Amino acid sequence: MATALQFPANVSTLNNYNDLYPDWTQREVSTGTTIMAVEFDGGVVIGADSRTTTGAYIANRVTDKLTPIHDRIFCCRSGSAADTQAIADAVTYQLGFHSIELDEAPLIQTAASLFRDMCYRYREELMAGIIVAGWDKRRGGQVYTVPVGGMMTRQPVSVGGSGSSYIYGYVDSNYKTGMTKEECLKFTAEALTLAMERDGSSGGVVRLAVISEQGVERQVILGNQLPKFSTV
Amino acid sequence: MNRHSFDSRVKGVSLGTTILAVKFAGGVIIGSDSRASMGGSYVSSKVINKLVQVHDRIFCCMSGSLADAQAITRAAKFQLAFHSIQMDEPPLVMAAASIMQELCYQHKEELSAGFITAGWDRKKGPQVYSVSMGGMLVSQPFTIGGSGSTYIYGYADAKYKPGMTREECQTFAVNALALAMGRDNVSGGVAHLAIISEKGEDMKEDADRALSQSRCVMGNSKAKE
Repeated sequence: MATALQFPANVSTLNNYNDLYPDWTQREVSTGTTIMAVEFDGGVVIGADSRTTTGAYIANRVTDKLTPIHDRIFCCRSGSAADTQAIADAVTYQLGFHSIELDEAPLIQTAASLFRDMCYRYREELMAGIIVAGWDKRRGGQVYTVPVGGMMTRQPVSVGGSGSSYIYGYVDSNYKTGMTKEECLKFTAEALTLAMERDGSSGGVVRLAVISEQGVERQVILGNQLPKFSTV
Repeated sequence: MNRHSFDSRVKGVSLGTTILAVKFAGGVIIGSDSRASMGGSYVSSKVINKLVQVHDRIFCCMSGSLADAQAITRAAKFQLAFHSIQMDEPPLVMAAASIMQELCYQHKEELSAGFITAGWDRKKGPQVYSVSMGGMLVSQPFTIGGSGSTYIYGYADAKYKPGMTREECQTFAVNALALAMGRDNVSGGVAHLAIISEKGEDMKEDADRALSQSRCVMGNSKAKE
């Protein structure tokens, strides 16, 4: 249900079409979304849209769904905004502690395993689809996907969120192994744009990040600068 | 958005499917997969033909409940033949699409089937119409439908350009179908295509030859099945 609001307790018994109490007071905040991550030789490119919805209301049109977990590990969040924020905070703490114990940078696989453990243990209560991506010294750029339910698998390219359904065909046909960083950025931006055009729960701007040995570079592509496709 | 993913609600055989139609200068290409499933886990037919010829130069492709779709197309074929005899000339594609729309809209409570109607007529040339499940009729240069279409919206938006040649449209149609079949578990089998132009239905071909000419990875792996 919606967060604490100054409405009378009987608000949930009113029907959905009552104009006195708008729809968004009765809806959970969700990052219906499109997220994506691609591995390249030397790092990963991650991207996400920027829309957070509460029912039909866009609660935040410039959301940052690319959340840092450690210096060179990010996660892309989709699903319930509250659930993914809580999980990300918990994993950030656990990973930070683990990194201090080891006295070295943590592995991406470790971060992904922590996400998986939490998402699987609490799978009945949670609604979270997360993509974990980053660079580490042992295996270079890696992308792990932890979808709803708590499975974890490594993939060279992964898409997630409600908008991802619409771009499976595009990603399947356009992904090639051995792409450069610039090609990955273009591929991610185009795929996210196509999904945002079709999915009502995705939109806003495209946020991108490149994670490599050198660190993290972030960029934003504003709405009017998104790639254009000739559509009907 | 035209979503026909009602497998669990449709009793009996359902056409979880991928269908599409593309217009090019001089004709249309209409295509579909060939799988009919029951409940999403049993394939009741691997080779069903969802392209129905309702008149010489007008085709419909079916999605949704197979029984409903077949009943509607049979009724539409009859009405269209009658109309064509009354007018003493080949029917307009719009006439065929309107007949489908009337049937879908008037009986929307009992039926669950959606269609793409495409063809050629002398008045407006090549046309593509989408008749959705509730009875909406919309004319577009190209359209995709069925449960598998969800996965190729991005691909279709990116790849479609107005003014493509016939060969480009054919590659586009085959690749889109192959990609959808690769991701949707209730679409599969072969890709049926029909190419309709002024000279009549040029060729009705099954996928193997077309897919082997495409450079789409999903298409090549499909050809091995």
